Amino acid sequence: MKQLLTFAKGGVHPPEFKAQTAGLAIEIMPVPKELELILGQHIGAPCVPTVCKRDEITEGRMIGEVTKGLGVPLHSPVTGKIKNIGTSTHPMRMSVPSITIAVDRDATAPQYTKQDWQDEDAETLLKRVHAAGVVGVGGAGFPTHVKLNPPSSSPVDTLLLNGAECEPYITADHRQMLENPNDIVEGAKVILKILGISKCYIGIESNKPDAIEVMTKAIQDGADTDYSIEVQPLQVKYPQGSEKQLIEAITGRKVPAMALPSSVGVVVQNVATAKAVYDGVVYAKPLYEKVVTVSGKGIKRPANLLVKVGTKIGDIVDFLGGLQPGLSKVIMGGPMMGFAISSLDIPITKTTSALLFLAEDEVDTTPHSQCIHCGWCLDACPMGLEPKEIGIYVEANKAEETEPFGVFDCFECGSCAYVCPAKRPLVQFIRMAKMKAKRPQ
Amino acid sequence: MIKQQASEDQTAVAQNMWKVSISPHVKSSESVEKIMWTVVACLVPPLILSVFVFGIQTLFITAVSVVSCVAVEVLSQKALKRPVTIKDGSAVLTGLLLAFIVPPGVSPLLMILAAVFAIYIGKHLLGGIGYNFFNPALLGRAFLLASFPVAMTSAWLAPVDGFAIFSYLGTSIDAVSTATPLAVMKEQGIVVFTEMFGSGFSLYSNFFLGFRPGCIGETSSFLLVLGGLYLLYRGYITWHIPVSLLGSVALFSWVFAGEDYFTGDPLLAILSGGAILGAFFMATDYVTSPINKISKIVFGIGIGAFTVLIRVKGGYPEGICYAILLMNPVSTVLDGWFKQKRFAPPAGGVK
Repeated sequence: MKQLLTFAKGGVHPPEFKAQTAGLAIEIMPVPKELELILGQHIGAPCVPTVCKRDEITEGRMIGEVTKGLGVPLHSPVTGKIKNIGTSTHPMRMSVPSITIAVDRDATAPQYTKQDWQDEDAETLLKRVHAAGVVGVGGAGFPTHVKLNPPSSSPVDTLLLNGAECEPYITADHRQMLENPNDIVEGAKVILKILGISKCYIGIESNKPDAIEVMTKAIQDGADTDYSIEVQPLQVKYPQGSEKQLIEAITGRKVPAMALPSSVGVVVQNVATAKAVYDGVVYAKPLYEKVVTVSGKGIKRPANLLVKVGTKIGDIVDFLGGLQPGLSKVIMGGPMMGFAISSLDIPITKTTSALLFLAEDEVDTTPHSQCIHCGWCLDACPMGLEPKEIGIYVEANKAEETEPFGVFDCFECGSCAYVCPAKRPLVQFIRMAKMKAKRPQ
Repeated sequence: MIKQQASEDQTAVAQNMWKVSISPHVKSSESVEKIMWTVVACLVPPLILSVFVFGIQTLFITAVSVVSCVAVEVLSQKALKRPVTIKDGSAVLTGLLLAFIVPPGVSPLLMILAAVFAIYIGKHLLGGIGYNFFNPALLGRAFLLASFPVAMTSAWLAPVDGFAIFSYLGTSIDAVSTATPLAVMKEQGIVVFTEMFGSGFSLYSNFFLGFRPGCIGETSSFLLVLGGLYLLYRGYITWHIPVSLLGSVALFSWVFAGEDYFTGDPLLAILSGGAILGAFFMATDYVTSPINKISKIVFGIGIGAFTVLIRVKGGYPEGICYAILLMNPVSTVLDGWFKQKRFAPPAGGVK
């Protein structure tokens, strides 16, 4: 096996809790009666509906598009009827515009046929990526066609596929790699062709040896002299899946503050995004399904589910047999960076990778105390920041003076708050600091 | 069935049973209490040994010290209308350390005064745990040394014979007091020192195991080092301060502490005072020591240099207490000088 790489500074080792779902094959969840599609599923301007109330629509049809600004179109995951164009609860932004679709459960799913892509030029492929509504499904939701079209001032030479999946509990990418390795590899080739480069590394943490093996084999099976794709095993360390940390781990290059990965010649895509690119370009199938890990002691039956985008969490809970007594916290995303939610009436988006139903003993609710200056947060911070100092400034009502501490470098991985023996809510302090401090130009 | 489940879910939401807070939702199992009580546990073996070196009264002194520190903490926090936090163990630790750095023959009543000064003035008037800029235990000792100089510099006891741990009970301290190795060395010279404490292997081994006059908890180098190594193993302290502190004490003693330059005994310098207790348990106090690795090393060297300076040129035979107190407030300054590197500066350099 190749030497295991990792990033140099900081990081933590939270317990993994992946065993509950790592062995469970991706299960297709039956379509619920109703879907709710949030119009802003990506970073950028939200979509404008291209359908009206009571319109009959078919699976895969575009129902929203971005007229100006950054964004990708939105497609209907089902055949059915537009029931309403109104608002939905969003995990982060309270109430947001959305489209509600009443599902026609008798309709037959459309057949997508394999299309030739090898002879198309990069521009056409890029348009297909955009038309399929592909965004970074690992969490950020950045429109993929924009990422695959870096400014000419920063030439790109390496593609990294992110299969680190460093958050505890989540196994969605792990299962994707085990079950769709060939699709991911072909998706990588499409991306390489669009970027006009040949070098790709697939970074996978060593706690997924089966995925490393399967992906390596898929690369050998699909060997192509035009492209040089290889699996790069990584040490298990959170937050390995962070873009800047992954780039440093694999290439040794450091993305400067306020800069994009393309400034060091790298583009990073999640393995699940590569699968979405494959579906979008090779089958012209838009992105409207998502593999979601549902786990934690608070759900009756943990699972890796393939769900339609817009499926409400409540429907998923019902499908999995309901909640367990002792449920303490419901989280959309991983336990380190996910959002705690207070309602099950929230729909899945393109970027949801996990739903965690955590019991009392799985979450930390210890009240915090004063900083004892142990310095563990400095050791844990992968960005070399001083979280304790920022927290003390914020507590002293001096949040606007925290810019020199580099608050805007922070991507809120939560390593500092994880190690803090005083249980201080450092991520919360840093978010408050970001709201008040002046962003450097 | 599903409907019923859904209504139960609704109830759960209505009763506000789920917790909502900012990530991360999981946290490591370490806590302030765990750290403090672990350090306390590491100090128990030297305390037990002190009974066999100086007699059972060391336990009384320590008990008075710990109880008064905890009591003063409760009273301070009540008086200042702050939540009472005695469970975190920091007051117990201060009380224990305070007892470790007084002579074994002092009156236990002194500990009450020291506790008031250390905990109320040295800690809670400055903002409580995390905000004190001097080590409270050392502050307590400095207060006693200034207020009761005779007791604090003469209540030394010679190690008891065998298991005669009750031998000092009820005896007048004046009748039995002796002098510490550093005081003998300083005031009477190496010849008398050798007469009193021997030389060579037996000297080093007695001093290493703790059978010599000194403060209650400072003599047992062996057990203190064991405790310190355990803290290192647990990751509660790093090597930087103990190594740089002891290293510089050894180096500067070798250079300056002998009859002539470069004739000092570095090993004796480390074993004969409170250097080991200070290096592992006092100077590494999170609140009053620097955070960054380089500043920790500078901090340790600074303490070592001041210690030897006070031992060789100052008015006291031992200097580690004042050396640490002198360096304590400098730690934030050092951290300001030696900041850890950010991941990567913005392109075009830091403004």
